[in-house]
Amino acid sequence: MKNVSSRRYVLKGTLVLGAALIAGSGLSSARAADYRLLNVSYDPTRELYGDINRAFPAFWSKTHAGDSIVVTSSHGGSGAQARSVLEGAPADIVTLGLAYDIDILAQNGLLAANWQTRLPHNSTPYTSTIVFLVRKGNPKSIHDWPDLIRDGVQVVTPNPKTSGGARWNYLAAWGWALRQPGGSEQSATAYLKALFAHVPVLDTGARGATNSFVQRGLGDVLIAWEDEALLASRDLGPDKFDIVVPPLTILAEPPVATVDRNIQEHGTEAISRAYLEFLFSPEGQRIGAKHYFRPVDPTIQAETASVFPKTTTFDVASLGGWTRLQKAHFSDGGIFDQIYSH
Amino acid sequence: MNDQPSKTISILLTLLSYGAVVLLIVLPVVLILHEALRQGVHAALETLKDPEARSAIRLTVYVTALVTVINTAGGIAAAWTLTKYDFRGSRFLVSLIELPISVSPVIAGLIWLLLFGRQGWWGTWLAHHGVHIAFAVPGIVLATLFVTFPYVTRTLMPYMEQQGRATEEAAFLLGAGFWRTLIRVTLPDAGWALLSGILLTTARAMGEFGAVAVISGHIPGVTETMPLHIETLYNGYQSVAAFAMAALLVLFAMTTVLIRMFLERSFRKQHL
Repeated sequence: MKNVSSRRYVLKGTLVLGAALIAGSGLSSARAADYRLLNVSYDPTRELYGDINRAFPAFWSKTHAGDSIVVTSSHGGSGAQARSVLEGAPADIVTLGLAYDIDILAQNGLLAANWQTRLPHNSTPYTSTIVFLVRKGNPKSIHDWPDLIRDGVQVVTPNPKTSGGARWNYLAAWGWALRQPGGSEQSATAYLKALFAHVPVLDTGARGATNSFVQRGLGDVLIAWEDEALLASRDLGPDKFDIVVPPLTILAEPPVATVDRNIQEHGTEAISRAYLEFLFSPEGQRIGAKHYFRPVDPTIQAETASVFPKTTTFDVASLGGWTRLQKAHFSDGGIFDQIYSH
Repeated sequence: MNDQPSKTISILLTLLSYGAVVLLIVLPVVLILHEALRQGVHAALETLKDPEARSAIRLTVYVTALVTVINTAGGIAAAWTLTKYDFRGSRFLVSLIELPISVSPVIAGLIWLLLFGRQGWWGTWLAHHGVHIAFAVPGIVLATLFVTFPYVTRTLMPYMEQQGRATEEAAFLLGAGFWRTLIRVTLPDAGWALLSGILLTTARAMGEFGAVAVISGHIPGVTETMPLHIETLYNGYQSVAAFAMAALLVLFAMTTVLIRMFLERSFRKQHL
């Protein structure tokens, strides 16, 4: 009898223990001077924020000696990452691919509506642009946007519904087409339709598209963030790829913000703001440039000018702003759906 | 004369199945090992010492252990109830238990997000009280529980049905209580089936990607299990680290399969 009852307690004990573990692991306790920050970011910033996260504790220690800090970053398609934060991912900081994704968080009360005015340069610590990555020697001689829709050219770009980078790619093409002699919304739509007829697969994120092009050898040209293209061509395969900078392209401004509701809950207001200020500091700007993000600080810009090819750019505001563009192009039944379904 | 063509066919079929196994299972495993060891054993082992890698391994072991214990208890209870008692709607209950096998894991993840996400039914209230389920370990446990729920029940039920109820009724008549009957009479008979179900649950829990990916938020060092961390490493161009972790996961899975094979053999010997 004893044997049976002791087994019973073991079984019950295991269940109670299990329940306690489930409940216990959900409770977090924040001690002063022991910080864990979470930066929810987009796809091509893995290497950048890996470095920033390692450098930031020293920056903070200058004014707050003795604090222990661990910063982690999570990466994925910008839209999908915004969605996670909206559903409750405990982000202290968001560093996303485009302002619209942070606007959505503001609309749901996670941060102030005027978030973009709280930091310099529209809360954009670095800019980028959209370029072409081609196979070494540029065998299909691709130099400008019209070359992408020539017969026999396969273009790799991710899905603009899920990827922030893909929306920049799409809008770079759109803006270029609008600015051609006799350009109109009709002619730009026709160009995009022709362009997407050359796209064999739509990956969900920019990194997936880069992997398709770089590691799986798919396609003749990858439309990509400049930083992603420079990373691929200089670090992954210097003898495999060339970068082509089109004469006219878009100025990509990926912004950053603190998630007010979460930093209040976590008690990480001061340190989260310091993290964003670090991005604008000379050291943060240099780390950005090292990972091929264009600095906004004029001094560091001058220092690193040789890294970045020169080109002419237009910004999103000149195309009507994110809210309008999102609705017209990427909502259900929008222009993208029309050109891609036919 | 007559069985000559059937012999040829059986040889062909055997070759075909071996070919398929080599092509679809052995080759990928060899490739994973090859990629993992491209820079040598030392480099591969070094990547497993990374704090985020260790956290992923710990989390996978923890979630798998917890889920296996809970689903074993739940699975035994469900199989017992469904085979030893007659009640209305038992067929329907079986279909419900089998649901996680047919439902896509993404949906399993989304269900929990609908309940516990900040936009979900209970998320805001829970967060207000400091309880975090989505984007935390409890969410990962729940998602894994859901996808692995059917295995113990499904493997136990045929054995328990075969047993019939006579032995339990005899045990009850002789004065054994519920627990004693379960532990001394029912489970030993179904021992192999139970172990098989437990090991299936373990293997599936270790490898689950889809359901966990939805609810985890991919936070390295916090909510990334081994399968999720493999993806993160791969996307970060850390091939050796990604494949080293993949090789370790394959090793875990193969151990489970080998234990299952070994137990099956010793069980057969005992009973035949």
